[in-house]
Amino acid sequence: MAIFTLNINGKKQEVDVDPSTPMLWVLRDHLNLVGTKYGCGIAQCGACTIHMDGTATRACMLTVSSVGNSEITTIEGLSEEGDHPVQQAWLEVDVPQCGYCQAGQIMTASALLAKNPNPSDEEIEMAMNGNICRCGTYTRIKKAVKLAANS
Amino acid sequence: MTLVKTKIGRRAFIRNTGLASGGLVIGFSWLASCKMTPEQVSSLPKEWFELNGFLKVGDNGMVTIMSPNPEIGQNIKTAMPMIVAEELDVAWKNVIVEQAPLNTDIFTRQLAGGSQSIRQGWESLRMAGATAKQMLKEAAAQAWGVSANEITTKEGILSHEASGNSAGYGEMASAAASIEVPEEVQLKETKDFSIIGTETKNVDGKKIVTGQPLYGLDVYKEGMLTAMIVHPPAFGMTYKGMNADTVKSMPGIKDVFHFEVYPEGIEKQWSDQGGIPELVAIVGDSTWECMQAKKALEVEWEQTSKAESTAYHEEELLALLEKPTETPARKDGDVEAAFKNAAKIVESTYSAPYLAHNTMEPMNFFAHVTPEKAELLGPIQTPEFAEKTVAARLGMPVEKIDIMMTRMGGGFGRRLYGPFVIEAAVISQKMNAPIKLVYTREDDMTQGTYRPSYKVKYKAGLDADGNLIAWHVRGAGTNDSLIFEDRFPAGAVDNYLAEKHSLNTNVTTGAWRAPRSNFIAGAEQAFMDEVAEASGKDPIEFRLELFDRAINNPVGDPKKNDYDPERYAGVLKLVKEKSDWANSNGKARGVSAYFCHDSYVAQVLDLEDGGGDMPRVEKVFCAVDCGIVINPLGAKNQIEGGIIDGVGHSTFSAMSFNDGKPEQSNFDRYRLIRHSEAPKNIEVHFVDNGIDPTGLGEPSLPPVVAALSNALYKATGRRYYNQPFINERPPLVG
Repeated sequence: MAIFTLNINGKKQEVDVDPSTPMLWVLRDHLNLVGTKYGCGIAQCGACTIHMDGTATRACMLTVSSVGNSEITTIEGLSEEGDHPVQQAWLEVDVPQCGYCQAGQIMTASALLAKNPNPSDEEIEMAMNGNICRCGTYTRIKKAVKLAANS
Repeated sequence: MTLVKTKIGRRAFIRNTGLASGGLVIGFSWLASCKMTPEQVSSLPKEWFELNGFLKVGDNGMVTIMSPNPEIGQNIKTAMPMIVAEELDVAWKNVIVEQAPLNTDIFTRQLAGGSQSIRQGWESLRMAGATAKQMLKEAAAQAWGVSANEITTKEGILSHEASGNSAGYGEMASAAASIEVPEEVQLKETKDFSIIGTETKNVDGKKIVTGQPLYGLDVYKEGMLTAMIVHPPAFGMTYKGMNADTVKSMPGIKDVFHFEVYPEGIEKQWSDQGGIPELVAIVGDSTWECMQAKKALEVEWEQTSKAESTAYHEEELLALLEKPTETPARKDGDVEAAFKNAAKIVESTYSAPYLAHNTMEPMNFFAHVTPEKAELLGPIQTPEFAEKTVAARLGMPVEKIDIMMTRMGGGFGRRLYGPFVIEAAVISQKMNAPIKLVYTREDDMTQGTYRPSYKVKYKAGLDADGNLIAWHVRGAGTNDSLIFEDRFPAGAVDNYLAEKHSLNTNVTTGAWRAPRSNFIAGAEQAFMDEVAEASGKDPIEFRLELFDRAINNPVGDPKKNDYDPERYAGVLKLVKEKSDWANSNGKARGVSAYFCHDSYVAQVLDLEDGGGDMPRVEKVFCAVDCGIVINPLGAKNQIEGGIIDGVGHSTFSAMSFNDGKPEQSNFDRYRLIRHSEAPKNIEVHFVDNGIDPTGLGEPSLPPVVAALSNALYKATGRRYYNQPFINERPPLVG
């Protein structure tokens, strides 16, 4: 076990965990931030996507010891009132079915739009390809990303 | 107006007399269980008055409506309360929706499965709203000294025109709570609906997009431990022994033990299907620590039944396709004689592999078992059945078992089977502590209850004019007999023979979104396309001729036929018009139609140009007849999802086995459809016919498999017979 001081959603947080612990479980089990989801544990499904210094990152393969001083943003920290343009677009288009993968989808989409405010359909698909939606909301997700891009 | 006796779910409408005196309901865990948005908090009532088991009215007119059935992504948590709100006549913005706990005294069918929640709940949900509205009217009538029949309601306001009186529901809620429950209520005419039929957003939308705790995996409670299981690595194996000592001393590990989930003689429910009798449990402080111990633990297993491989299943199923059955499932006329006289015969065999459900949220459940009671919380499609087995297994009366349902990260049939609920309860009892059982993705994918693997062989005979004179289908599945013998084209062909076989295997199988239909529709409608081509007719016209036959001169007893040919033809005609069928603009285009879950779906699918052997889906036109559509916004989402699901699984997905061991255990080897592979556009059209609602969560998936394979034939000149279609591409040459 070791103590790590992390910068999460703009706040310093201290955890005492095994250095090999993935950020996914640090967030969920130790910091009560459960919006970041477990789907596969091997960075194949994207349900655990967070931002590390603004880049979409899979938290299930990111060990706590490798985070250092990087700024971590989770779905809970994406906006204060849940009104980030991507979140608003998701509500406007009524994207979710079961909803489980959507936090990860939103984190990937918001990181994409921060770097590329007007992505083409192909750029959206390529950026989002690491995020599986088992319910099949892909067409709505694309619509919501474009709506957010235009807002 | 329709007068309806309040017979369905009658207990829900008979209030506890202890409450009726004051009418005040205190308690309910709803404030603790759902975080209110700021607008709602500011308008929360001081008191709630329960008018029946489905709803309570606040003193300020806010209404809480209980959504009785499990929410797995089919969006009934929005649609079911909409039906109650419609008959209650309350403004939707003043409704708070709450997930009801399992309560068989109040609710009649708390199950998510078979696309039946709306179908089965339709009457009782309407009655719940109408009954409460009538009680509010009676209360106002007494207060104003007028007849209740003269009182009208609109958006939560009671009015009496002659006297000029008017009041909000909240003002009359207290008095209404002591009114006798009416024996009869008036239901609205469908033309007067103002909530049903309007595009209404998901009631949990805001919580989903902000990452609020909603799912079973998000349950964290004081003093809770994490539990994981280790199950046999292959089907046909059982527990022999282990050395847990080194693992028990690993950091954060509390205990490692072998346990019986289903001891000899325990009474099981159908929902226990697929349950593994003996498992190993690892219990610890945190998920990661349990995962580490799980990797380190060495368990010894022994082979106790056949180690089956995919090659074995394939051979056995193929052999069954050559074997006549002793008693056909249905026989009209004489197919053999007809084949002898046929001018043309078409014959094809189709197959599909096992599939895992792969809900994005793996199986999990919270359990806190004490000698006094068992508290269970998590994602389960069949809580009523799980409760019975938990009671039997723990040796506790059912009254002491309390099951609450969380929102579920997908179902697709997987959570119909709840051995994990029993496992969680047993582990908690043994640990004498609250625990959350968590399956890893690998546990989830390799544990079974799969969609069976299937093969089916079709043979059709045409006369010299291209008329279908004989149809023979023989199907086989692993642990499942596949054929729906009374569905189309039964009743539309003079000589018809349907035969079905089931191959017993120890690879556990179960219902997977649109069971059987998810394969047989794709095979039947692909074969129909081949037969239409052999007849020289347009594939839609060919089908419509058969429906005409079933309408005008059905073969056999028309009541036996499990479909309405007019509604079936109706969706085909609608999709023909909407897709401008005759004008495909050079696109490779396929058509398909199917009936299941009491609903009718027809699709026209266009492929993208220049996509080689596996071109992407450009557009799907979809016509749906599911009767009254409660929430078109959510309904379209379900149809779109079913289409993407059907295209995805038939193109990419498969489970295979080697000596009983699943060869796929995570999304690196089990391929699911992704963004860049999904259909680019989906256009959904509903038939507006005012008929009582039918299934919606499943029916769009089955036919799209054939719409796709029929379009692939147009694009490549080759028929795609075996799923996943990605493997049907010809090998690269040179």
